Amino acid sequence: MSQSRIMPGFRPALGFTLFYLGLVVLIPLSTLIFKSLQLGWQDYVNIITHNRVLAAFRVSFVTALVAAAIASFFGFIIAWVFTRYSFTGKKLMDALIDLPFALPTAVAGIVLATIFQPSGILGKFLIDSFNLRIAYTPSGIVVALIFISIPFVVRTVEPVLQEFDSRMEEAASSLGATRLQVFTKIIFPNIFPALLTGFALAFARGVGEYGSVIFIAGNIPYISEIVPLLIVTKLEQYEYAGATAIALTMLVISFALLLFINLLQMWIRKRSGQL
Amino acid sequence: MRWSLTAIALAFIALFLCLPLLLIITAAFAKGWSAYWSELTDHDTLSAIKLTLLTALITVPLNTVFGIAAAWAITRFEFIGKSLLTTLIDLPFSVSPVISGLIFVLLFGKQGWFGDWLYAHDIKIIFAVPGIVIVTLFITFPFVARELIPLMQEMGNEEEEAALSLGASGWKTFLFITLPNIKWALLYGILLCNARAMGEFGAVSVVSGHIRGLTNTLPLHVEVSYNEYNSVAAFASASILAGLAIVTLILKSFLEWQQAHDRA
Repeated sequence: MSQSRIMPGFRPALGFTLFYLGLVVLIPLSTLIFKSLQLGWQDYVNIITHNRVLAAFRVSFVTALVAAAIASFFGFIIAWVFTRYSFTGKKLMDALIDLPFALPTAVAGIVLATIFQPSGILGKFLIDSFNLRIAYTPSGIVVALIFISIPFVVRTVEPVLQEFDSRMEEAASSLGATRLQVFTKIIFPNIFPALLTGFALAFARGVGEYGSVIFIAGNIPYISEIVPLLIVTKLEQYEYAGATAIALTMLVISFALLLFINLLQMWIRKRSGQL
Repeated sequence: MRWSLTAIALAFIALFLCLPLLLIITAAFAKGWSAYWSELTDHDTLSAIKLTLLTALITVPLNTVFGIAAAWAITRFEFIGKSLLTTLIDLPFSVSPVISGLIFVLLFGKQGWFGDWLYAHDIKIIFAVPGIVIVTLFITFPFVARELIPLMQEMGNEEEEAALSLGASGWKTFLFITLPNIKWALLYGILLCNARAMGEFGAVSVVSGHIRGLTNTLPLHVEVSYNEYNSVAAFASASILAGLAIVTLILKSFLEWQQAHDRA
């Protein structure tokens, strides 16, 4: 697009954008950095390497990874079924996939806790038949994060599957490839970047998630306490330095993830341009 | 293969998406219609609903105006740092809700940057309504802008240039050329922005202080009731938010259909 000379409103539009961005986002976010600078390096290290903090980081990252992996598996199947097969009620099911985006996290939290608690519909069944406790254990966190993650995977994989050129599949099978070969050699390699993007988006969201997790997690320190909850706990005890140090660490990790996702998407665009 | 995959997909949707919705309804009406109704019309519930509406009423228009201005500047002009600006606009999405709340406590809380000044002038932001509004503004910041930017980029500005060169004013061009072209995407952004503004929990919970009848939004009221083992109250409030989510999904499908229709 060429620079337009007659297009009006550049100064007021950009001026307002920068002013509002600075006021609402940049100045507030920068307080986190300035506040951390007041902490010495040694204080920072002491806070971050405290056993309870390390345990919370482990819980948050492991549960988010497991949940994103499970959501990627089921999300892929759901996207596949939606794009390849037709059945009654498909439109409705497809719209329902976005429910975790639209449902407030606190509501998701109390509902999942109620379903999976030992006396709940599924919780009782899982304990009676498999002796499997979900609520108030790290598995509960995974369940909540799967719920949150599923639309990320479905919505990134679905359009790629939709645009997938079925002539490649037909060519492969007419040359004698088995259905498994077509899937592993043709379809999956083409879908994989999108699936990885969905996985990364789900993981990034899962690590920071709070509302849907705290009701089902049981929040036992060292076992099922997530990082966001630890930040809230520190704040409630007026330990601002501790909360800030943990938050800054989380923020840096989130931005690194975001950078990774952006690079991934650039790579996909480049690849699809080559095809 | 086909049937087993479809069965897996449908079983997952039934367990993870349909069952929760059904459970909200059954739990809300567990003690009958009158118990449900009395919880909904309870003083604290009503004030939570009012605060939630007030928050959305302030934040959604502000972020809408910002979204339009940002999309106009980014898609209609060339300038240095444009891609950085686009990235910065998306920033709030990658910040954990709890951290979003924390940064405003660091700014306006008692030990925060403006803490002493605010205390001296008897202005309360944290643990009060202004804090809830400000943090919601931050959380819902990118929604409208990120719907408009790709669309307006794709549209180009030939139509607008034509109108301008024929003598239409800038505002007239925006109202009669740009706005009709972007209306569905704009409504889509507003819809998502509103859903998040009304439903945000983590960030609001950090700055609210959970004062019943004063600084509890509807999602916070759900939490407080649930933690007090008042299941009917928690799920009655949750049912309103679930209703909001369903309405949002229906409107979302409608707007997606409209957008596809316009493009065809």
